[in-house]
Amino acid sequence: MTAELGQIALILALCLALSQTVFGLVGAHRGWANWMAVVRPATIGQAGFVALAFLLLVSAFLGNDFTVQYVAFNSNSELPTVYRVAAVWGAHEGSMLLWALILALWSLAVALLSRSLPNAFASRVLGVLGTISTGILLFILLTSNPFTRAMPAPFDGNDLNPLLQDPALAMHPPILYTGYVGFAVAFAFACAAMIEGKLDQAWARWTRPWTIVAWLFLTVGITLGSWWAYYELGWGGWWMWDPVENASFMPWLVGTALVHSLAVTERRGLFRSWTLLLAIFAFSLSLIGTFLVRSGIIVSVHAFASDPMRGVFILALLAAYILGALMLYAWRAGQLRSSSGFELWSRESFILFNNILLVIAAALIFIGTLYPLILALLKLGTITIGPPVFQLMFLIAIIPLIGLLAVGMHSSWKRARLAPVKTRLIAIAAVAAVLAAILLFTFGGRVRLIVFMGLFLAIATMFSAVSEPIARLRRGLSIPRGAVGMFVAHFGVGLFTLGATAASTYQVEKDVSIALGQSEKLAGYEFKLADLRMVEGPNYVARQADVIISDSQGRVITTLHPQKRIYRVQQQPMTEAGIDVNWQRDLFVALGDDLGDGKWSLRLQYKPLIRYLWLGSLIMALGGILAASDRRYRTAIAGERAAVGAATERA
Amino acid sequence: MTPRRKRLTAVVLVLVGVSIATGLALRAFRDNVVLYFTPAEVAQGKANGKRAFRLGGMVLKGSVVRQPGSLTLRFDVTDYIRTLTVNYTGVLPDLFREGQGVVVHGSLANGEFMADEVLAKHDEKYMPRDIAGKIAPPPGVNP
Repeated sequence: MTAELGQIALILALCLALSQTVFGLVGAHRGWANWMAVVRPATIGQAGFVALAFLLLVSAFLGNDFTVQYVAFNSNSELPTVYRVAAVWGAHEGSMLLWALILALWSLAVALLSRSLPNAFASRVLGVLGTISTGILLFILLTSNPFTRAMPAPFDGNDLNPLLQDPALAMHPPILYTGYVGFAVAFAFACAAMIEGKLDQAWARWTRPWTIVAWLFLTVGITLGSWWAYYELGWGGWWMWDPVENASFMPWLVGTALVHSLAVTERRGLFRSWTLLLAIFAFSLSLIGTFLVRSGIIVSVHAFASDPMRGVFILALLAAYILGALMLYAWRAGQLRSSSGFELWSRESFILFNNILLVIAAALIFIGTLYPLILALLKLGTITIGPPVFQLMFLIAIIPLIGLLAVGMHSSWKRARLAPVKTRLIAIAAVAAVLAAILLFTFGGRVRLIVFMGLFLAIATMFSAVSEPIARLRRGLSIPRGAVGMFVAHFGVGLFTLGATAASTYQVEKDVSIALGQSEKLAGYEFKLADLRMVEGPNYVARQADVIISDSQGRVITTLHPQKRIYRVQQQPMTEAGIDVNWQRDLFVALGDDLGDGKWSLRLQYKPLIRYLWLGSLIMALGGILAASDRRYRTAIAGERAAVGAATERA
Repeated sequence: MTPRRKRLTAVVLVLVGVSIATGLALRAFRDNVVLYFTPAEVAQGKANGKRAFRLGGMVLKGSVVRQPGSLTLRFDVTDYIRTLTVNYTGVLPDLFREGQGVVVHGSLANGEFMADEVLAKHDEKYMPRDIAGKIAPPPGVNP
């Protein structure tokens, strides 16, 4: 019965999403208060029914109901309970339902927290969100129904892909989607403003916290994904410029630009049409990301062509939302021109260049990701664009960006005076240069300009982010929480840059063939393969190695236990790396195959400062939390953060 | 500066920036775009003169031979039309298995493929890119 109830709940949710759209948009257009009064209940009801459908799917997983095809394909009676829940979003159908649920919860949050907004405006926002809900629910019901029954029902399920049986990856999709889908709120605010033909600074103040919260979830989601890839894929890379990764990174770049551009619109009333455009693009790229990952087009354009229904449906949705919003923009943006100007040397300029560079980075990655797909679709040959291309393209945009950031934090609105901060800037640059040089020589090896630049900019950014607030406090100025968030996030950027530069330049990696009792040296550490034995997990067996690591003086640092697991159902091997962490470096050991002759293959890695890149990303997100909780948003939209927090917990 | 001059400066700066970026990106494209071939395409000579490329196909069952105790191994990659022998030294990814799809990166030498990388993909349903489309086992063949 659960499956049928789930199906019915989805259909009811669809009906309510439709009424949310119609009553919201038509009611606001005609000014009918009684129609607009229906929007909030419809939104709440929609969220309730989507949540019900989702919970029914969860209960089908928990109860091992293998008569449901989706459960049979992605779960197994041996699967630990926590992963049975995570398996709900382990494949296409369930993750689409998760997408719909998160959208419904964001809509719910907007419905509950928008009472201080003008009634017509709030109705339009919810109406636009309703169109998106309608599209995604239709998509689920018509092409990707997770409640389809399996006939005949199998005795046991196919199990969840072992790669996904991991705490970080269990949390990764909900958090990432909360970010992705959160941009729908900014998109809806933008569309509502365009429909009304009115965009003022109050609009930016309403939109800003929503956008920041979406952005910070996306930041955490991408960080988790990167961390997972590092330890779970077994081979120690933290970013491969894989299309799946790029799909989440492009909306992040544009979303970051949006967060900054909104700041200018709120404080100075400038960049209005540009902000709208960014809001449209941030959400469009989220949709494209979903499409890229979920249509199967990345894996093979042919797989896409052989099961075209889903792909074509998402493509049609994409076209409808993106083109619709852009047409609205073309029609209305002309009315939204801003009148005031700014000096070339001002915070507005810095943010303008920040926006241009972020958008260039996103555009280059977009071209690099889609170019091979388009070639393949047109049958012009199969190519891959390797990580070096992306790296170079990204660095072109990001090096000047971080340079501008280190200076821009000291600037002020409208017209910045450089003279008062000149001495401080020179001091920061000098200290950063000396520290970067020291780091460069501590690590040793060939001195490369780009590495020096990376370290220098990282340190300069961190110093700037600390020195500017101190200087303000000294002058007796108070720093609002929004600004604290800004400094914290920018400090995170510096820390990330430091970690990313050091880890990608000075990592040492070695594949070795080693017998029991033998040892191998890497980066001044000795790795000894001390023991090998079989261990048993809930749904896998594993060969586990004891690798004793000692430093150059022969002192034992730690014993790592890398595993090679075989999951019983899918018979797929999985490498669980052993990692030793401290504030200076990671030591990484992955166990490979039996090479015969009593020897085993091991992959050893030394990654200096790699933790800082994830830590830096999390600090960026922390900055987002601080900025979004600034008092000036709370007076307007009280209690907002609490509700978003609760919404995420339920997701 | 007048507002018009200012705007002009900004536009010129942006244009210069964008063209430098595009130029560098295009250069990177030219040097780093990796082509992808199947063994049959290699046999037709399509990969001749190419420095490094990706080879995709199925690992032929029973073809994996390892020098005992070393990281070096050989295996055959097939597209059911032609077969090419691949040499590789290093740790294999988890998803490497006989009878399954594989993508290797490397170059040709003396009629064999010298791989410097055996690729693992992020996807939950592992199928190397485009193998699905380019290669299908003939009816009755169980890879």
